[in-house]
Amino acid sequence: MKKIINNVEDIVPEMISGLVKTNSDLVKQIEDTTAVVRNDKKFSENKQVGVVSGGGSGHEPLHAGFVGDGMLSAAVAGEVFTSPTPDQIYEAINAVDQGLGVLLIVKNYSGDVMNFDMAKEMAEADDIKIATIVVDDDISVKNSEFTQGKRGVAGTALVEKIVGAAARSGMNLDDLAKLGQSVIDNTKTIGIALHAATVPAVGHPGFELKDDEIEYGIGIHNERGYSVEKIQHAKELAHELIEKIMKEFDDKSGKFAVLINGMGGTPLMEQYIFANNVLDELQSDGIDVGFSKVGNLVTSLDMQGISLTIMKADDDWISKLKEPVTTIGW
Amino acid sequence: MKLELNEAQKWIELFVEKLEANKSELNELDTAIGDGDHGTNMDRGAKAITESFAKKAPENVSDLYKATAFAMIQKVGGASGPLYGTAFLDMSKAVKSENIELADLIQIGADGIKRRGESDIKMKTMIDVWQPIADAMKQDNFDKSVVEDALDSTKDMVATKGRASYLEEKSKGHLDPGSQSSAYLFESLVDVLGENS
Repeated sequence: MKKIINNVEDIVPEMISGLVKTNSDLVKQIEDTTAVVRNDKKFSENKQVGVVSGGGSGHEPLHAGFVGDGMLSAAVAGEVFTSPTPDQIYEAINAVDQGLGVLLIVKNYSGDVMNFDMAKEMAEADDIKIATIVVDDDISVKNSEFTQGKRGVAGTALVEKIVGAAARSGMNLDDLAKLGQSVIDNTKTIGIALHAATVPAVGHPGFELKDDEIEYGIGIHNERGYSVEKIQHAKELAHELIEKIMKEFDDKSGKFAVLINGMGGTPLMEQYIFANNVLDELQSDGIDVGFSKVGNLVTSLDMQGISLTIMKADDDWISKLKEPVTTIGW
Repeated sequence: MKLELNEAQKWIELFVEKLEANKSELNELDTAIGDGDHGTNMDRGAKAITESFAKKAPENVSDLYKATAFAMIQKVGGASGPLYGTAFLDMSKAVKSENIELADLIQIGADGIKRRGESDIKMKTMIDVWQPIADAMKQDNFDKSVVEDALDSTKDMVATKGRASYLEEKSKGHLDPGSQSSAYLFESLVDVLGENS
C-alpha cells in the first residue's frame, strides 16, 4: 500500500484540519470533533432549518465538501468507512440549530442509522426538533426484510443539494423531511468497480478483480456487487446501467436529472466519455434530461469505478439542482 | 452469581487485551463479509476504555460499565459502537439494583443490542453469541465451550442484518466479526469466573 499519509490513526483529524485550513472562509471545525460547520457570514445572518449530514470518511468531497450556503449546514466525519459517533453528531446539531430544528441526512447503513439515532435522542432531550431522512438509492441491493435494505450511495449528493436549496429558501422542518423523502424515492443508482478500494488500516484492496474484469453493483465501501464480467466499451457499460435503472421508473415522461460519479480512482476523462454515452442513449430513448453533472462527488477512497444516478425530477427540483452554491466540493 | 468491582474490572481489562491482540484477526474476518475495519474500530474502543479507567478509576460496577459504554459509543463508531455501548449502558443502569444476577445482567445487555440494532437471533450478528450465553448462564452451565459453539454457529448462517446481509447466501461460511469480538468478551468472563471457582 502506498498512501500520502502519516499515522493511520491520524488520517481523519489531519484531513479535516487540512480541509479547514484551506477553506477557512467557508467552514470551520467544531472544537474537539471531526465535524465542520459553515463559517460564512450568511450562516449567522439568515435563519433556516439546519441540515446536517455525515458518515464514514473516504467519500470526499461528501459530506464536508458540501457544507456551505445552499447545501449542508454541518457535516460530521467518522473514521474511514465508519459512522461518526453520536457525541460528534450531537455537537454538529447544536452548532447549527437556530431554533427552527435540524434535518439529519443519513445514508442507509446500520452503523450510520444507529449513531444518528442516538444523536437524535440526545438532541431531543435538549428540546431541539429533529427529523431524519435515510438515503437508499442503490438499486443493486434488494430491498427485502432479509437485508439491511438498499444502501445510500452517490444519489446522496443530489438529495443534499435539493434539500439544502429548499432549506435556504426557508422551508420548514416537516416539509423539508417530506421533500427529502420524495427526492430519495425518485433517485436510483448503480455503480461498477474496475479495482477495489484500499482501506488504509487494512493495507490491501478489499477484493480482487482480474485485469480484464469489472464488477457490477458494488457499494461505496467495497461491498461486492451482483456480477463480475469482462470489461466492455463505455457505451456498453452505459447501456447496461441505464437499462437496469430505467426499469425502476414506471413513468418515463417528464424531466430527469443525471449524475455520473467517479469513485475516486477513475480519471475525469473516462467519466466524460461515459457521460457522453449515457446522455446519447438517454436522448435516443426519448428521456428528457433537465440536469446533468459529472465528477468525483461520492468517492470510495482510491476505487476505480463509476456510478450512474438517475432521478425523476420536476421543474422545481431541477432548478434547485442548478442553483449556485458556495461549497468546497459541489 | 454477581461480579464484584475488581472482578468486573478484570473482565473488561481482559477483553481489552484480547481486542488489542486480535485486531488483525477481526479486520480479516470483517474483510470477508464486511468492510474490513472491525478490529481497528474495536481496538480504538479498547484503548479508550484503558484511558478512561486510568483517568478516573470506576468507583462501582455501574460506573465501570458506564465508562465502558461511553468509551465504546464515543470511540468505536460504526454499528459496533452503539451496539456495545447500548449493551453496557443498559447493564450499568440495571446493576444499580443490587440483587441482579449476572445472567440477568447479560440478558439485559443482549436485549439492549436487540433494541438498538432491531435484530434478533439467527441474523448472523453478535446476538448469536450474547443470547446463547445469557441462556447458558441462566442454567448455570456457562463455560468456554458455550462461547465457542455460539461463535461457530454463526459460520453457516446467512446474514439478514448489518453490512454482511448485502452478500445474502455468500455470507455463509464465514464467522461473524461482531460475534467474534463478543466471543472475546465472554471468553474473558469465563477466565474471570474460572479464577474464582
